[in-house]
Amino acid sequence: MKVARLYLAFVFFVLYMPIFYLIYYSFNSGGTMHHFESFTLDWYKDVFDDTRLLVIVLHTVIVALLSSSLATIIGVLGAIAIYYAKHRWKQTLLTLNNILIVSPDVIIGASFLILFTIAGIQLGFTSVLLSHIAFSIPIVVLMVLPKLQEMSPTLIDAARDLGANEWNVLTKVVLPYVTPGIFAGFFMALTYSLDDFAVTFFVTGNGFSTLSVEIYSRARQGISLSVNALSTLLFLFTLLLVVVYYIITQRTSAKGGQK
Amino acid sequence: MRRYAYAVPYWLWIALFVIAPIILIVYYSFFDIEGRFSLVNYETFFTPVYLRMTVNSFWYAFLITACSLLIAYPTAYLLTKTKHKQLWLLLIILPTWVNLLLKAYAFLGLFGTYGAVNALLEAIGIGTKQLLFTDFSFVFVSVYIFIPFMILPIFNALEKLNHSLIDAARDLGASEWTTFRRVIFPLTLDGVKAGCQAVFIPSLSLFMLTRLIAGNRVITLGTAVEQHFLVTQNWGMGATIAVFLMIAMAGIMAITGNKKWGVRQ
Repeated sequence: MKVARLYLAFVFFVLYMPIFYLIYYSFNSGGTMHHFESFTLDWYKDVFDDTRLLVIVLHTVIVALLSSSLATIIGVLGAIAIYYAKHRWKQTLLTLNNILIVSPDVIIGASFLILFTIAGIQLGFTSVLLSHIAFSIPIVVLMVLPKLQEMSPTLIDAARDLGANEWNVLTKVVLPYVTPGIFAGFFMALTYSLDDFAVTFFVTGNGFSTLSVEIYSRARQGISLSVNALSTLLFLFTLLLVVVYYIITQRTSAKGGQK
Repeated sequence: MRRYAYAVPYWLWIALFVIAPIILIVYYSFFDIEGRFSLVNYETFFTPVYLRMTVNSFWYAFLITACSLLIAYPTAYLLTKTKHKQLWLLLIILPTWVNLLLKAYAFLGLFGTYGAVNALLEAIGIGTKQLLFTDFSFVFVSVYIFIPFMILPIFNALEKLNHSLIDAARDLGASEWTTFRRVIFPLTLDGVKAGCQAVFIPSLSLFMLTRLIAGNRVITLGTAVEQHFLVTQNWGMGATIAVFLMIAMAGIMAITGNKKWGVRQ
């Protein structure tokens, strides 16, 4: 049992070490990631003074929120369509749905780059937004579909018997039932979008940039502690998201009763 | 058909962003750098340079997957034994929410010549080593990044395991190891497959880590695709490599099976 504890402790240590290492050195006045001179908040000041960076953060958040909202709407409709599809179509649709999830990022990026070039879409905000919507949709579908399958079909029959039309069935029965799945899908889409680097890197063009792409180009130039400061802020933001997500899922599942 | 009208955006998505890109990649692979129709890209792919790169990519992806599995399985197993296991699992997933680039960047500091790891090596008497820009650091960082995706499906499979089966094996006199080998592991194989799939396919096509951590020493198929599309602008060749990546991907999917996503039978 002691060995087991030690092993787990070691895994957690390795998992969190790099993150805390970054955070620790973000307070270093020395300017490097190996010798801690004295405590400073200068790097944070740098981040907040850097208008270009702040604009990029804003872009990233806008793309993430817009893409995950739109992907959630399309994904929920898609999940319902798959749910109602005839059995032999179901498998085909699911396979098509999952292609983008299992595809390596470079292939998604490269093929979208070809697609946008042919379609004459200027690389920039639009292409990045469209790509993010595209790769988020299948995740939403995968989060919502199990909830739909879990739902007893008798619920729908009962609603129909009681005189509900299609729209009522959808908004009063189906959607409330799958709400936890929708939230989970939305949050997954949000994190996928915030986290994506490879696809964005391909379709971003010159004028537009997201945080991941910006961090990549800064990291290639070597170590700069304002990147550390930025990562601390992002980590705190992520933590906040997780807590919000946790509370929402706890609450919805509590409302759902037994589960 | 009218009933499916609400799903039009979804059908459009499948047509435009799933089917069309695949066709476009295949189509572009038949054009050389001057835009003439030819098979020259396929000829180039079968030269030793690209074949070695392919073998290399697979070898690294295999190493990364194997290391992840070796570390992840015991971790997932032990996690299921802890109190508050959902909380611990959340803590395993949490680092995946930290931007990938930042994690890679952290290792630039950790593995640097004066970084923490070298300081530790110095302290225990091994002495400073070149860590960054080596195969070791590439595999290590990749495993670090992918391991939660291996732990999660294995954890879920272990959780689903019917405990009375383990008790039955014990009652019938199986040792711990036999129970594991004959009962636990086969029953969690789906989780292992799902995990391997989730690690192997992305590691075939990593390109950002090869640049940042491996300092271009490791060239994977993913790096080559990126190079051809964004640097040398030879889209045809890039598309050809992408075609082979897609074939490899389909093969892996066929081997590991995709029951995980499937509709319930």
